[in-house]
Amino acid sequence: MAQFRLPENSRISGGKHHPGKGGKDVRRFKIYRWEPDAGNNPSMDTFDVDLADCGPMVLDALIKIKSEVDATLTFRRSCREGICGSCAMNIDGSNSLACTKAIADVKGEVKIYPLPHMPVVKDLVPDLTHFYAQHASIKPWIRTQSAPPPDTERLQSKEDRSKLDGLYECILCACCSTSCPSYWWNGDRYLGPAILLQAYRWIIDSRDEAAGERLDDLEDPFKLYRCHTIMNCTKSCPKGLNPALAIAEIKKLMVARRGL
Amino acid sequence: MSLQTPLAQARGLGSSKNGTEHWIVQRITAVLLLPLTLWFIYFACTLVGAEYAAVRSAVAQPWCAALLAAFLIIVLYHAQLGLQVVIEDYLHVRWLELSALIAVKFIAFFGSIVVLLALARVALGA
Repeated sequence: MAQFRLPENSRISGGKHHPGKGGKDVRRFKIYRWEPDAGNNPSMDTFDVDLADCGPMVLDALIKIKSEVDATLTFRRSCREGICGSCAMNIDGSNSLACTKAIADVKGEVKIYPLPHMPVVKDLVPDLTHFYAQHASIKPWIRTQSAPPPDTERLQSKEDRSKLDGLYECILCACCSTSCPSYWWNGDRYLGPAILLQAYRWIIDSRDEAAGERLDDLEDPFKLYRCHTIMNCTKSCPKGLNPALAIAEIKKLMVARRGL
Repeated sequence: MSLQTPLAQARGLGSSKNGTEHWIVQRITAVLLLPLTLWFIYFACTLVGAEYAAVRSAVAQPWCAALLAAFLIIVLYHAQLGLQVVIEDYLHVRWLELSALIAVKFIAFFGSIVVLLALARVALGA
């Protein structure tokens, strides 16, 4: 069976409470903690943060906790403006970027977990090795047979360029893929929404000459057809993209090139 | 532990170049079942409370027998396509997965034979 329960050593138990110094607008943060070297099960630590003395986003609170309360709290972050995709995590029950998720949008306790169903490296840091390898497997670069024009770039009409809108903005944060039940149960073979959106981005790029090979590589009950249009991907995308639509377009192309 | 590269693991055994036909047929059978199911509900409603002999002669009418055969066989075909996906999604023990797939396909196939034989007996008055 697909494994629905967490393995014994991954079940959450206990956790420390850091009450803080009080304040006008105290909000409670519950954060998943796991220290690989300690040999303990993961726990949920509680931090009370005064929002009057904190930036507006969830990432601001995490940074404040790390610098003022517990320096061992581990998470990825870089750009703090939703363009690098590093701080993807599960906040208040759905995947999003901590830097663009406002604390005010969460009611009550702010519960923060790493991206679901990924191996955890430490605390909020998931191991995305397989996700990146899957991205590499679709050859996410332009593939051509024609020699490049001698004195210009490979040109693209404005109309063809506009087909990439809604696709090129993907920052590969993995929010969508790790929200997808099909990716949870069959992520070893199913490419998942993020990678399929990237694959579609190259299939419909007018400058690319390998659409057929790209479709060949995707035509598989597991790589592509594990998508059952659950739509969690589209719901969770912090950039407002629609991976489910991109996957549907790939499926339409599969039919278009063969007939019924 | 495996020393295979992550890319080798992600590529796995490559694409099997199928799945599209399954996807198309699942949708075509779903669309066909919309009118057929409506007809079946209507047909079943007209027979509520009817005597055995009346039901038998209603089913024996050529169009009814043909539509009933089409409905039941498409239902079975559509169901085994859907169950195949459920099994592939959730059953990850290879021998169990294969046994379940074969069982579901055989039950649908056998069910179709039963449907055809039963309707033939009724419609042709055996």
